[in-house]
Amino acid sequence: MKLIFESGASGRGCSVLPECDVPVFSLPESMRREKAPNLPQLSENDISRHYTALAGRTHGVNNGFYPLGSCTMKYNPKINEEMAALPGFSSIHPLQPEHTVQGAMEVLYQTEKALCEITGMDGMTFQPAAGAHGEFTGLLLIKAYHKHRGDSKRTKIIVPDSAHGTNPASAAMAGFTVVSIPSQEDGCVDLEKLRAAVGEDTAGLMLTNPNTVGLFDKNILEITKIVHDAGGLNYYDGANLNAVMGISRPGDMGFDVVHLNLHKTFSTPHGGGGPGSGPVGCKALLADFLPGPVVKEEQGQYRFHTPEHSIGRVKSFYGNFAVVVKALTYILTLGAEGIREASQNAVLNANYMMKKLCDLYTMAYDERCMHEFVMSLEPLKKETGISAMDIAKGLLDNGIHPPTMYFPLIVHEALMVEPTETESKETLDEAIEVFRSLYETAKTDPQALHDAPHHTPVRRLDEVGAARNPKLRYSFE
Amino acid sequence: MNTPKEFLYSKSHEWAKKLDDGSVLVGLSDKAQNDLGDLVFVNLPAVGDSFSAGDTMCDVESVKAVSDVYAPVSGTVAEVNEMLLDTPEAINKEPYEAWLVKLTDVSGLEDLLDADAYIAVCEEE
Amino acid sequence: MGSYVPSTPAQRREMLEAVGCSSMEELFGHLPQQVLLDRPLDLPRGLSELEVRRAMEKTAARNTVFSTVFRGAGAYRHYIPAIVKQVVSKEEFVTAYTPYQAEISQGVLQSIFEYQTMICELTGMEVSNASVYDGATAAAEAVAMCRDRKRTKALISAAAHPDLIQTVKTYCEGSNTPVEIIPAKDGKTDLDALSAMLDDSVCCVLIQQPNYFGQLENADQAGVIAHEAGAKYIMSCNPISLGMLKTPAESGADIAVGEGQPLGLSLSFGGPYLGFMACTNALVRKIPGRIVGETTDVDGKRAYVLTLQAREQHIRREKASSNICSNQALCALTASVYLAAMGTKGLQQAAEQSFAKAHYFAAEMAKIPGCELRFSGEFFHEFVASCPDVPKVMAALEAQGILGGLPLGGELSGCVLWCATEQNSKEEIDRAIAVIKEVCGA
Repeated sequence: MKLIFESGASGRGCSVLPECDVPVFSLPESMRREKAPNLPQLSENDISRHYTALAGRTHGVNNGFYPLGSCTMKYNPKINEEMAALPGFSSIHPLQPEHTVQGAMEVLYQTEKALCEITGMDGMTFQPAAGAHGEFTGLLLIKAYHKHRGDSKRTKIIVPDSAHGTNPASAAMAGFTVVSIPSQEDGCVDLEKLRAAVGEDTAGLMLTNPNTVGLFDKNILEITKIVHDAGGLNYYDGANLNAVMGISRPGDMGFDVVHLNLHKTFSTPHGGGGPGSGPVGCKALLADFLPGPVVKEEQGQYRFHTPEHSIGRVKSFYGNFAVVVKALTYILTLGAEGIREASQNAVLNANYMMKKLCDLYTMAYDERCMHEFVMSLEPLKKETGISAMDIAKGLLDNGIHPPTMYFPLIVHEALMVEPTETESKETLDEAIEVFRSLYETAKTDPQALHDAPHHTPVRRLDEVGAARNPKLRYSFE
Repeated sequence: MNTPKEFLYSKSHEWAKKLDDGSVLVGLSDKAQNDLGDLVFVNLPAVGDSFSAGDTMCDVESVKAVSDVYAPVSGTVAEVNEMLLDTPEAINKEPYEAWLVKLTDVSGLEDLLDADAYIAVCEEE
Repeated sequence: MGSYVPSTPAQRREMLEAVGCSSMEELFGHLPQQVLLDRPLDLPRGLSELEVRRAMEKTAARNTVFSTVFRGAGAYRHYIPAIVKQVVSKEEFVTAYTPYQAEISQGVLQSIFEYQTMICELTGMEVSNASVYDGATAAAEAVAMCRDRKRTKALISAAAHPDLIQTVKTYCEGSNTPVEIIPAKDGKTDLDALSAMLDDSVCCVLIQQPNYFGQLENADQAGVIAHEAGAKYIMSCNPISLGMLKTPAESGADIAVGEGQPLGLSLSFGGPYLGFMACTNALVRKIPGRIVGETTDVDGKRAYVLTLQAREQHIRREKASSNICSNQALCALTASVYLAAMGTKGLQQAAEQSFAKAHYFAAEMAKIPGCELRFSGEFFHEFVASCPDVPKVMAALEAQGILGGLPLGGELSGCVLWCATEQNSKEEIDRAIAVIKEVCGA
């Protein structure tokens, strides 16, 4: 289809602003831009149709099943959107006087209290805009904690080799050296390797639990104790919190600091890649280092407060506030029981799908999974030449968004399936049938899968060409 | 797998070729380029950088991976093959023509493998 | 209790049976006892949609929505055309994830490609990424792009937004990058001081245009000074102002960043906003975050895909230059639709009118005794003026439903940072002036 710059006509446009009602002021020519920007020249109808066409070439949770592992693509409730759009939330300036934004501060305060209860933490900042931003912030808290105690030799962060790439990248950005420890065969932390890795230079450990292969690490208390005994702190990557809400809390597993992904666990939408929200919660020992301002309550009044030893800001203002409004709406809707029920059903749905597929597909870990499970297509690839990528492309023709591919890195030809709790048994059964029939196709007609997808707006792309000769903008010439 | 006799090899799949003036050209073996797949970019070191054998010297990118290139010998970078910045595919097409760096003050050539020994190493992998 | 779990109790039993469990508790039976929460969460019971609506509306009602706003300072109230909210509410855009599966994500990918093009057009730069979190983090990421083994120190103008300065400092603390603040003189970056601070350890110079006080910096000159010392030059720009002001490219910037909120995003108490980043071709491998490129599919059809991914954290891990993963895609789409609706002419109008209204406002204010413009330089749509009784003026304006400018502190205590945009009618400005006059006894 056409790019927005390829339609329209010179002189066409939308009528948006009135004539200026004050005298015109002139700016010295030397301060003016020489060449006007080339922006679209379209009628409102043109714009509307252009974006409707683009929407038609986009698959969202609303279009169909989206079992993208580690991303928690659950349904995004509509009431959340409406509440965030209330003028009382959407039309307030971030620098209004505190007495005129008590409601907004209440949102931050209430959400903090609820999320601290769910995670077992004592304090929280909403400044981080996404999970990776939260990781960076949490690691700076750990850095500040050690520095404040005069313990300057703690320069290393331990990260399992199964971790998401943001973990080591965040640790490096925070100025730490990354120590990668290999996982055990069952995907869990190798206690002996961890013991060997910790020492006087250990600043902390970064971990998800359930881990990146979808298993609950049963040794979690031992793991966090090894790190604590060595003088380090434990960081919980909340990417997988959807498995354990109301069932088990990071704070009770021995973690000192967590980040959450409101856009995963708390039902706020992903927006095609953002905005998310990555609040960071911490135990009391780290609360004094949180980015400011945080909200405090005094006799029914909310006020902003900057913690004494704050690491400083990581973002303007208070974070992605409207996303927090959506998350609070979700928390209020579900309540204590509903939150637990969400996690229970997320785990049930994953186990059900795994059970119904394990006779055909090879499960990377053949045991009770949490909210997601990992299949290895390696045996199928050896037998038929069909890779994880080919199965993924086959799913596209069936209206299903593929699982996460080739992650975690420790499983070859990985497909990571996370159905979430908001999918019905009927949807799961249909998806199971699709997976099963693709397996048959792999054996009977592998070429059909090598050529897939067949029915999407475009087919497999030349990614090598895109990277070798980057064309990153439209050229008007 | 193409493994010309006139080159020396490291276990980490770089080749080295000694020139008449004593400097050494370094590139990636045919096996390396084949394993890495279509290369899309090369991050070259700066002229003047010095490396010991086994140091990470630069890296090469495919669409979905980045791989370190190790110095097969010790030396100082005298020249880099800037042509590769625009045509990284040359490494895939002509791995033994597409040298990455030219090193001077080289030591450690004697520790490298000849073609037969390198083929044996590759077969063990 | 509200719930979004569709499976019925009977279906749940059926599924539990299929996995060999008799109850939900048994499903979690493999977790160690010691880490199980042995009580219900201490949260209120769940609510129906209507109850939730009532509760949230009550909370929202505790906020004051000002009908007239003269406060900017990093968040600006511009008019948002109706088409913008309609387009960005489309469920496909709202509920999609990052476009990893290009075949079914062409809509999002093309919209990002179009966004990148618009940001390049606005800034005059050659390459744009798909967005970062906000203007402050964009500045911090830009500084990180400039740092190398030999040059590690960053110089940031004191006249940049305080949140930007603080955010850059926090990021730099992480990477152990020294930051020094270039002092301001008469509301602008002191370029003589800048010259004196430069040496071969400086990796970059960052200024904001228009700066925090609304003043227009001598951006060309700052660029020349930075480049003469071998440092990179970063400009943080207000995107609306680029409807009329010289572009960062024209001023010699290597990297242009900025807060994209003015491009159609609501104030929303500070977020979500949009960090835009653009740079020269020479820096394309250093720019962080996602980038969309054009390519073809197996049938030769034009198509779009995430590209240059080997720069990113999921491939480069601890060697990545940034950890950014999720960005602000829907906000970038918002900016694109805004720019499409405004067009070249509309954007210029928004800029010229904001400029004209701020100047009208400033001229009227300067007529009030005690309200003097603090700085002498040219400004865009914000200006600093003294005020005889700041709290009283603010309270009087508030009583009229007007959010006054931002009271400043420190050296500028007793001064207010005022802002006007195309949204402020002459009538609104005159009414505010009348209130201020009355308080000041003029």
